[in-house]
Amino acid sequence: MSNIATKKHEPLFHIVKRNAIPWWKAWIVRAISILLAVVVCSFVTILLTKQNPVLVWGAMFKGAFGTERIVWRLFRDISLLLCVSLAVTPAFKMRFWNCGAEGQVLMGCLATFATVRFLGGTVSEPLLLVISLAAALIAGAVWGLIPAVFYAFFKTNETLFTLMMNYVAKGLITLSIIYFQWENTFGSQIVSPLRIGRLPKVYNDHLVIILTVALITLFMYIYLNYTKQGYEISVVGESENTANYIGINVKNVVIRTMLISGAICGLAGFLLVSGKDGTVSPDTADGRGFTAIMVSWLAKFNPIYMIITSFLLVFFQFGSKEITRSFRLNDDFSEILTGIVIFFIIGSEFFINYQIKMRKLTKEGK
Amino acid sequence: MTVFIQGAIRQAMPLLFGATGEILTEKSGNLNLGIPGIMYVGAISGVIGATIYEHTVGAEAIVPALAVSITLLASFIGSLLMGLIYSFLVISLRANQNVTGLALTTFGIGIGNFFGGSLTKIIGSQTANISLGNISKYFKMTPPIADKLGWFGDWFLSYGFLTYVGIIVAIIAGYVLKRTRVGLHLRAVGENPATADATGVNVTKYKYVATCTGSVIAGLGGLYYVFEYTGNWSNNGFGDRGWLAIALVIFALWKPVIAIIGSILFGALYMLGITTTGISRELKEVYELLPYLATIFILIITSIRNKKENHPPASLGLSYFREER
Repeated sequence: MSNIATKKHEPLFHIVKRNAIPWWKAWIVRAISILLAVVVCSFVTILLTKQNPVLVWGAMFKGAFGTERIVWRLFRDISLLLCVSLAVTPAFKMRFWNCGAEGQVLMGCLATFATVRFLGGTVSEPLLLVISLAAALIAGAVWGLIPAVFYAFFKTNETLFTLMMNYVAKGLITLSIIYFQWENTFGSQIVSPLRIGRLPKVYNDHLVIILTVALITLFMYIYLNYTKQGYEISVVGESENTANYIGINVKNVVIRTMLISGAICGLAGFLLVSGKDGTVSPDTADGRGFTAIMVSWLAKFNPIYMIITSFLLVFFQFGSKEITRSFRLNDDFSEILTGIVIFFIIGSEFFINYQIKMRKLTKEGK
Repeated sequence: MTVFIQGAIRQAMPLLFGATGEILTEKSGNLNLGIPGIMYVGAISGVIGATIYEHTVGAEAIVPALAVSITLLASFIGSLLMGLIYSFLVISLRANQNVTGLALTTFGIGIGNFFGGSLTKIIGSQTANISLGNISKYFKMTPPIADKLGWFGDWFLSYGFLTYVGIIVAIIAGYVLKRTRVGLHLRAVGENPATADATGVNVTKYKYVATCTGSVIAGLGGLYYVFEYTGNWSNNGFGDRGWLAIALVIFALWKPVIAIIGSILFGALYMLGITTTGISRELKEVYELLPYLATIFILIITSIRNKKENHPPASLGLSYFREER
């Protein structure tokens, strides 16, 4: 009997939450995780393609920085992804899981395109741009507002609600294309690019987009860190009860934040249609709404870090597209690599937030 | 009418598998948004298994039972690995569930389409489809008495075995969740892991087992689509069905047995768009939107009515850390 009593079951290790970790240590952990991801990606590449990994990584850099034109396009795509990521960030900081950025962007695209299609020719070009921008902002904001209102008043699960709204937006685009007969040939569901209502060229096609997003980044950084509203967002995110006690109207904050979040998504939609594609389809957002969630989260909701994380993800997309091209692989190889990198970065957060303590072998334990 | 009902049920099954798997997962408190990716992987793993088997023994020497088992086993392994990746990151490393899930979906769809595209190259097929006719015919085999029973046979017995597996799995899942001790513990883990932990339930184990079992079941949905519904693999052919399966979970109020009816309803809506002649293309699009709109509607109604049994599991989306009580 006494024998059993002394035999203690102690786990080999236990996990403790870290209080704080110096920022440089955190970045070392992240750098190691990316390095590991690169190693694993190399192995996967060798395994699947039987190519020399050095050549493969060379191709990767070529795909992202090969020519001046590619570099501009790289930065344009970073900006577009960054824009959507900035949009979802205030909502995430509030612990409102806006998984509906894809839909909000698409509504912005649809609004932009429809405005130009219906008003084109009747108003001057600058006015057309302003109106389509306003329409995009409103459309995105409304799409974000709907789940926010139900969340604020009824606690309707926002993750699932916003997810469903994505597909409603996709459906609405297909429906509009058919209903308003935008197709270039009947039944193709392909819409010819707009000739009017496009963003003006400054130096090249991409600079306006990049500068706009740079401004939004600055705005979001200041908004989240140095304004009262930004402070309210973090309080609501930390604890809704605390927010209530100190007199913050949580409902207002939720609705206001989602309006901003949706509107910036709408802006991204405007940039996509007016600045990049000129056309609209259910795939115009190209999954950016989902990738943005990862970008924002990986950057710990810090707009400046988000430049780095969106760079990382877009770099991988560009690079692996080149790998698939030059080694004649299937296009989706890039998604496998992106997935692996994200898994590693997600995993590394654990080692930043928690500490593993091994069991100390004590005398009584022996 | 017969064609319509058969089509609706065939469309329903991938959703039902996905939803049953996701219900189990969500009942343990994990919101696995990786289900769409897992379903792709479940499908492509089966395809890889089947193709390798067919190429090793040759098309003439296929043993039906062995072919089906290998395909199923390959699918199991693929989905299980995906489930383990998710579980390890979310349960052991306490990563954010939404981010992990979305990354898993990107990864899974990438794997599906990559191997789908490369396999055609290996076989030397000219089209983007992988034909699986030699093995998928065993998945499509209907119960032998189906022909003799008239409309009854056509409506209820004209499907391959996976259809019945899907319905049985959903019923078993419903029974386990509602009526057994294991189900009670699982629901406790999803509602309040700290309390469950205090009563001696191994929270980590329950979460792992539920999430991985859910993944395997969901993967079967992808397998069903490829082997019984179409009989070939085409890239992105599975489409958005994974998200529809997640919608179905809400629609069914986290009850697998309701998911059976819900999935057939969703399937019927899809079929309305395809089979009804003389409807406009606009109306067809509206039909395709209806499942999502219905899901949103149900989400809103249940949150307004605020009845406890219709709510999502209380700790859904949150990771559990024992020392943080």
